[in-house]
Amino acid sequence: MIPTAFYLILAGVIFTIGVLGVLIRRNVLIIFMCVEMMMNAVNLTFVALSRQFGTLDGQVFVFLIMAVAAAEVAIGLAIVLGMIRHKDTTNVDRINLLNG
Amino acid sequence: MEWLDWSLVALFALIALAGGFGVVFSRNAVHSALFLLLNFASMAMIYLTLGAQFLAMAQILVYAGAIVVLFIFTVMLIGNEPVSDATARARPLLHAAALILAIIFLAGSSYVLAITHQQAPVGLAEQGSIQSVGHLMYTRYLLPIEMASVLLLAAMIGAIVLARRVRPPLGAPKE
Repeated sequence: MIPTAFYLILAGVIFTIGVLGVLIRRNVLIIFMCVEMMMNAVNLTFVALSRQFGTLDGQVFVFLIMAVAAAEVAIGLAIVLGMIRHKDTTNVDRINLLNG
Repeated sequence: MEWLDWSLVALFALIALAGGFGVVFSRNAVHSALFLLLNFASMAMIYLTLGAQFLAMAQILVYAGAIVVLFIFTVMLIGNEPVSDATARARPLLHAAALILAIIFLAGSSYVLAITHQQAPVGLAEQGSIQSVGHLMYTRYLLPIEMASVLLLAAMIGAIVLARRVRPPLGAPKE
């Protein structure tokens, strides 16, 4: 059996790639994709630890996270569309209406 | 058959990492979305190696089937202008922060690996099949599942309201 540590480290590396993307990129859609990738990495840790402890509760939790992710993407992309209609840019540095 | 398990998992892990790097470093937003699809699909395969068959299928249905399609749809809808200022070239601080975070992560994970005493995983008694996960979902976790359905309904209505084009009221003078 493959040790749980392998999966945990894989999830950590994917999470770190997501953080890098959020920090480096300025396109709002790509930042959003990186956030999804980070969520996916967390799901992987849930599934790996569910096998480690021999219970299925982690997998039910992952299913709930998937529902939340779907809701989040629907709302987030609607916000992005409204923002583009309003300001015509996808660069998060130029979205600063509340910046005074 | 240990080596077969290892080679499968390593292959899909490498594909997932390549997909992740592709999302971050590709210039075109459509390419990023397709790399994201690659990442999600290989994560589904990794779930299979963990014995979570139901979640692997749900991953492909929800993430690859719905979320990536929504992303590609949005990218197409806004015209996918090639973003020349895509990377934060003017933000060396963020680059430094990203580098430091990556180093901290590597140091932390290697420290944990070196110091912890690893136990063998217990393993799932009845695998993550639809039957067993579904049974748990509709007995112990009934309330959270119902709340998730309410959340999805709210998200659906909210997305429609947010993305609706606001029309001027009837009888308003045309510009």
